[in-house]
Amino acid sequence: MSATLLHAEYPVESEDYTRAGEASADIKRKLKQLGVPASVLRRVSVASYEVELNLVIHSDGGVLTLEVTPEAVRLISADRGPGIPDLDLAMREGWSTASETARSLGFGAGMGLPNMKRNADDFSITSEVGKGTTIDMGFRLA
Amino acid sequence: MKIKDILPLIEAQVKTPGADLDKDVLCGYTCDLLSWVMAHGQEGMAWVTVQTHMNVIAVAALHDMACVIMPENIQMEKESIEKAAEEGICVLESGLSGYEICGRLHAAGIPDKD
Repeated sequence: MSATLLHAEYPVESEDYTRAGEASADIKRKLKQLGVPASVLRRVSVASYEVELNLVIHSDGGVLTLEVTPEAVRLISADRGPGIPDLDLAMREGWSTASETARSLGFGAGMGLPNMKRNADDFSITSEVGKGTTIDMGFRLA
Repeated sequence: MKIKDILPLIEAQVKTPGADLDKDVLCGYTCDLLSWVMAHGQEGMAWVTVQTHMNVIAVAALHDMACVIMPENIQMEKESIEKAAEEGICVLESGLSGYEICGRLHAAGIPDKD
């Protein structure tokens, strides 16, 4: 069991495009202060922004949690629904169910989940329709 | 090449007061699909886009880009400019088209992304 260096929780609201990205910006600032190497910082930043935007675009709201130990950075996104009916399809690059609003802002290319998976060292997603979706990502530091 | 060097080249004005114009421009890019740029952005990038909302600045800041360039006299939203200044991202506006801006940057030796 390793010591937790940092634990922070960020509530993210559905369709709040104005504040979208603020949690990721704060996560990046905090990790930079902790001296997380630039290469890891970049990957965490990309993944956290993608997952934060997914909460804004697709979820009924949720919480993004950051945990840092000497060994790893961990990002966990847990939302209140609506859940993903077909995970294989959702993971496919280019597939998107984003709204017209999201698309008009330049989102909805169907790159979010694949991009998270590509940037994280460990990636897992579980989802239940009517309950919600949880995404757990790990980034090794040591 | 630094931001201050590309200003005359692409006939651009700086919209973010106090921006660090000595920042190096390492590569150039143009795309308006933010999720695409999130997947392909890089440090030191000069990014040409017609999108003007706050999320543009979030994407640029997370990638440590050098600057965001608005083509064809498109004006970035005031809130976005303020956010950019806060995040240390330089915003430029030019009357040239995105095609012309990229052409001039490339001809001046600024490479494509990796």
